Amino acid sequence: MVDTKDIVRFTTAGSVDDGKSTLIGRLLYDCKQIPQDQIELVQRISARKGLTDIDMSLFTDGLKDERAQGITIDVAYRYFTTEKRKFIIADTPGHLQYTRNMVTGASTANTAIILIDARKGVVEQTRRHSFIASLLQIKHLIVCVNKMDLVEFNKDEFDQIVSSFQDFSAKLAIVDVQFIPVSALNGDNVVHRSENMSWYQGATLLHTLEHISVANELNQIDFRFPVQHPIRVDQGRVQDYRAYAGKVESGIVRVGDEIIVLPGNQRSNVKSIMGMNGPQQEAFSPQSISLELTDELDTSRGNMIVKPNNQPEEVRHLSAMICWMSSQAYVPGRKYILRHTTNEVKAMVKSILYVYDMQTLKRDEEQAALQANDIARIELQLAGPIYVDEYRKNKATGSFILIDEQSNQTLAVGMIS
Amino acid sequence: MSYRLNYLEELEAEAVYVLREAFAQFQHPCILFSGGKDSIVVTYLAAKAFAPGPIPFSLLHIDTGHNFSETLQFRDELAERLNVRLVVGKVEDSIQRQTALEENGPNANRNRAQSITLLESMESFGFDAAIGGGRRDEEKARAKERFFSHRDAFGQWDPKNQGPEIWHLYNGRLNQGEQFRVFPISNWTELDVWEYIQKENILLPSLYFAHQRPCVKRKESILAQSSYLVPHDTDELLDLTVRFRTIGDMTISGAMISTASTVVDIITELKEMNQSERGSRADDFRSESSMEDRKKEGYF
Repeated sequence: MVDTKDIVRFTTAGSVDDGKSTLIGRLLYDCKQIPQDQIELVQRISARKGLTDIDMSLFTDGLKDERAQGITIDVAYRYFTTEKRKFIIADTPGHLQYTRNMVTGASTANTAIILIDARKGVVEQTRRHSFIASLLQIKHLIVCVNKMDLVEFNKDEFDQIVSSFQDFSAKLAIVDVQFIPVSALNGDNVVHRSENMSWYQGATLLHTLEHISVANELNQIDFRFPVQHPIRVDQGRVQDYRAYAGKVESGIVRVGDEIIVLPGNQRSNVKSIMGMNGPQQEAFSPQSISLELTDELDTSRGNMIVKPNNQPEEVRHLSAMICWMSSQAYVPGRKYILRHTTNEVKAMVKSILYVYDMQTLKRDEEQAALQANDIARIELQLAGPIYVDEYRKNKATGSFILIDEQSNQTLAVGMIS
Repeated sequence: MSYRLNYLEELEAEAVYVLREAFAQFQHPCILFSGGKDSIVVTYLAAKAFAPGPIPFSLLHIDTGHNFSETLQFRDELAERLNVRLVVGKVEDSIQRQTALEENGPNANRNRAQSITLLESMESFGFDAAIGGGRRDEEKARAKERFFSHRDAFGQWDPKNQGPEIWHLYNGRLNQGEQFRVFPISNWTELDVWEYIQKENILLPSLYFAHQRPCVKRKESILAQSSYLVPHDTDELLDLTVRFRTIGDMTISGAMISTASTVVDIITELKEMNQSERGSRADDFRSESSMEDRKKEGYF
């Protein structure tokens, strides 16, 4: 039997007060994904804390300092599988000072879960999380209105929150938003349907996650193949095997296709495609393959193989939204290394157009400094050309990181638009 | 043809991408080979990533001296079959040099000393990155690992101060003396590993499958009887049919009662079983955060 089970990657942002850890703990627990010995461990800790029920949030908080402080300070990855899908959760902290971790978690996600406390409604943190999900081009948003048990499972409270969220989210670039009233504490509408909210006709959280359509999110049109490194094998014959290893970031390539290598515009044709199980006739995203060409070209890491009639844009200037990730602040005039796909080029910030005030989400055009967790639109000048697409069309060729030449730290991440 | 990958194909493609990035970004990376299923799968993936060429990494084995003979035999055969260079760092040598201390007492093992030998070996062989079979689902400290995980000049992991890792743009740039650990199968679960072993027909040491052997029952754990084990008064000596779920050094690898003798049996057993994978590792039992503490010191 061919197993067609696919992977859905989702991110959850929020703090302990929203019940985020409790929600994930509940999801794993009700899906029977937590081993008995861990349940017993958490039962013991809960009892020690004087709780009668088990504290679901303890299943997800990891590092020593987090347990001590009761907050999540870094992205933690968790896994569970149902009959339908494998899920990868990027569990991220929700406080303002951890915006960068939210960005990290959102970068690989298809779906974001936003938690709203039913008693508090849409708050600043809700808007910030949704904004980041939209910025990172997450297509699906699941808004869980949590702690419904504390508002007597009242439909009006839920409807009001939905409506106020919609007022605000109309401005965001998110295609698909779904709302679910839940109580993570008691498990209502997480995995099992709630008996307390018969007015809610929609799906549970698990059912929603199992049925979100992610297949059509991959760009299978624009062929982009950044070269990771050449593979050369001396076969002891006249012609050695010489190919280019890489990941098909988008699009489809077939044996015989005409290709062009950037930079340099050298043309050739695909002679063979080596996949994970030997030669194959075609390859698509996100497969890792080796491409053999009919001509010997001078091609190396950082080059990009594309098709002549569908090319990315060559740029030496960039306009991008960035998130400053490092505690090392931006220094005007300093040169950075810009890493784009497998390519690296020196770069300098030409101007900071505006920085978002992450509390109001308003643009501040006066701010000239960039510090950890700032989200800003900037212009960059590059020492050489790179080949890009807009981030919303192609995440792989539309994104980059900025690295400090001296400390080697990743300072910022950017999305080209 | 449908242009979609199932979960195992997607995980495989991701792991191969990470292995190729490690090859391209580091001067002299090695595969940390423990003889366990995860490092065997990583080695197997490396063979695929660079095919039809050879694996461009050495295998580095940190040898506590307390090995299962099956592991050593398997290790040597695998290295020969894949034509890959094998280098060994011995904990015994670190103890002789007095850079590591032999633990005393009833639960003495060489698990902590391994971290020291690993760092010494990486330095003496000149490796700047060690590719390991660590998975985020194994343990809560590992849940926060990056694919490219930075280690300072003392080999330490600083979990509170990890660099960001966005999309799949991995930054492997190093300062003098620093190193990386690379975890290509970060996103795989134990079950994924077994299903991949089944799909790809990957050979494993016989220890993973049910067999009869003399065992020591100590409290909740079952350990293989060996001369390396310090006897306890309350130990029970039994002849049992067991298999090992994780394989490390003989003194800490807990056995489980099982009759699962094939990969298919093991997958069935795993799906029914309700104990976490490292539940029988004596080293993780020491405290609630013992893995985190050991990782900070340079453990894989």
